[in-house]
Amino acid sequence: MLVEMIFAGFGGQGIMTLGMTLAYAGMIEDKNVAWIPSYGPEMRGGTANCNVIISDDVIGSPTTDTPGAVMVMNLPSFHKFEPKIKPGGTLIVNSSLISDVSKRDDIKSFYLDTAGVAKELGNLVFAGMVALGGLNEAMNLVKTESLEMALKKLLPEHRHKLIPLNVEALGRGAALVKNGS
Amino acid sequence: MSESQRELMKGNHAMCLGAIRSGARAYYGYPITPQNEATEYMSFHMPKAGGSFIQAESEIAAINMVFGAAAAGVRAMTSSSSPGISLKQEGISYIAMAELPCVIANVVRCGPGLGNIAPHQGDYFQATRGGGHGDYRTITLAPASVQEMAQLTYKAFDLADEYRNPSLILSDGVIGQMMEPVDLATIPAKDAPKKDWAVGLGQDKRERNVHTTIYLEPEDMAQMHLKLIDKYDRIRREVQYYEEFRTEDADILIVSYGNSSRVARTAIRHLREEGKVKAGMLRTISLWPYPYRILNEIASNYKAILVLEMNWGQMVEDVRLAIGDKTPIHFAGKHGGLLFTPAEIEEFVCAIDKDPNNPKTAWTPIR
Repeated sequence: MLVEMIFAGFGGQGIMTLGMTLAYAGMIEDKNVAWIPSYGPEMRGGTANCNVIISDDVIGSPTTDTPGAVMVMNLPSFHKFEPKIKPGGTLIVNSSLISDVSKRDDIKSFYLDTAGVAKELGNLVFAGMVALGGLNEAMNLVKTESLEMALKKLLPEHRHKLIPLNVEALGRGAALVKNGS
Repeated sequence: MSESQRELMKGNHAMCLGAIRSGARAYYGYPITPQNEATEYMSFHMPKAGGSFIQAESEIAAINMVFGAAAAGVRAMTSSSSPGISLKQEGISYIAMAELPCVIANVVRCGPGLGNIAPHQGDYFQATRGGGHGDYRTITLAPASVQEMAQLTYKAFDLADEYRNPSLILSDGVIGQMMEPVDLATIPAKDAPKKDWAVGLGQDKRERNVHTTIYLEPEDMAQMHLKLIDKYDRIRREVQYYEEFRTEDADILIVSYGNSSRVARTAIRHLREEGKVKAGMLRTISLWPYPYRILNEIASNYKAILVLEMNWGQMVEDVRLAIGDKTPIHFAGKHGGLLFTPAEIEEFVCAIDKDPNNPKTAWTPIR
């Protein structure tokens, strides 16, 4: 198993944390993982992206320009990364903010109304988790319990009360993909 | 699922964890991207370990605080990125002359000048040739993973103490910023060794310990030089670290280090999976001393050697020193803070495999 992914969106959408959560879950399942952010001023307000790699083997390049999966949360990220996906790869699109659709027929694309679901859960902050749940379902990467354990490790104690809603968001995202959004 | 001792950490954090676990109890820093997480981590964890943390007023102040702490026998560290490391060079030269152990970490960004904050390998010469004024060397280790950021920093303190010499960690923006698992079991917490040569209060020796860098009489300085040279020769014999990857049956040998070697590893796998070229790699871990011995031993097993660096050719000179004209050497660089891609490395390797003596890519010191 070797999966190379790019997560991208605005600074503030939680892109970095989403990537980190998935990497942590991979590590919990004894995989080799690497996470690398775009860093510096980009992190603050501009477009932000991170690379996540999960592998059974020792990881070579920690960055990829031919990702097997891309998750985009805003339009500039869609334009930047959709063309880079490897044939046969997967695209997760935050359709709440992106109305464009991919014209590629050599990839699998999923359009998730992450904001709609997040609002039903009571807070827009869950939009990213909805997308991550969709990606995880589409790629069959890690168990939901591993993501939950990762959140326990990554979130400060006083935020742990939000974990059940995050887990629900993951499940709702997965369901959207299962139902072929 | 297993409860392993693995933690997902940033490279810069892992480096500092390695330092504290090796018994470092003094860190002096000054902010600069992409090493800021080091200062951040130390500000929190060094006081908790009972050590001293100061965000100094400048890089120069920080390295001179390290000088003082090292003279007092404490395992001391500073870190910065390229322009900041240039500022520290005067202090590093003084510390080398005073024969004091310490660790200096450079999370390299792109220069010269202010450059940019992207990863680069342009500080190779500065790190491996002394860096400041005078005739000295610093032990230089180049991590290629977050695990190695922890392990090699831990090791760098041991080497510094063993030889009473500054050690450098030469990483880059990628290795510093990325997160990977670190196996905490590989860096068990320990106490720093006692140093009978240390100065300051609390030393139970009656005799005065003095550390100086000034020898006004050339005859005295010559004695000091001979002592240093003898030490450097010993280090050159005893410290040559490297990793071989698929070298046993390779036709083309890649020589690389740090982040570039990671991309090379991916390229080598692709080339072999696709049955294109049997490539292998010698990844150099100690950059000074350079692993000349192994390179000299194995060079003639290959049709050609490809040196990969994110600069316009620095380590390639060491490769040439190691092997002379035994095997054709080719060089591929990467500039501006951009990263190699596996595809472009694969292209280089295929071209060299077809034409191992191609003068267009062959590297020679003679122009």
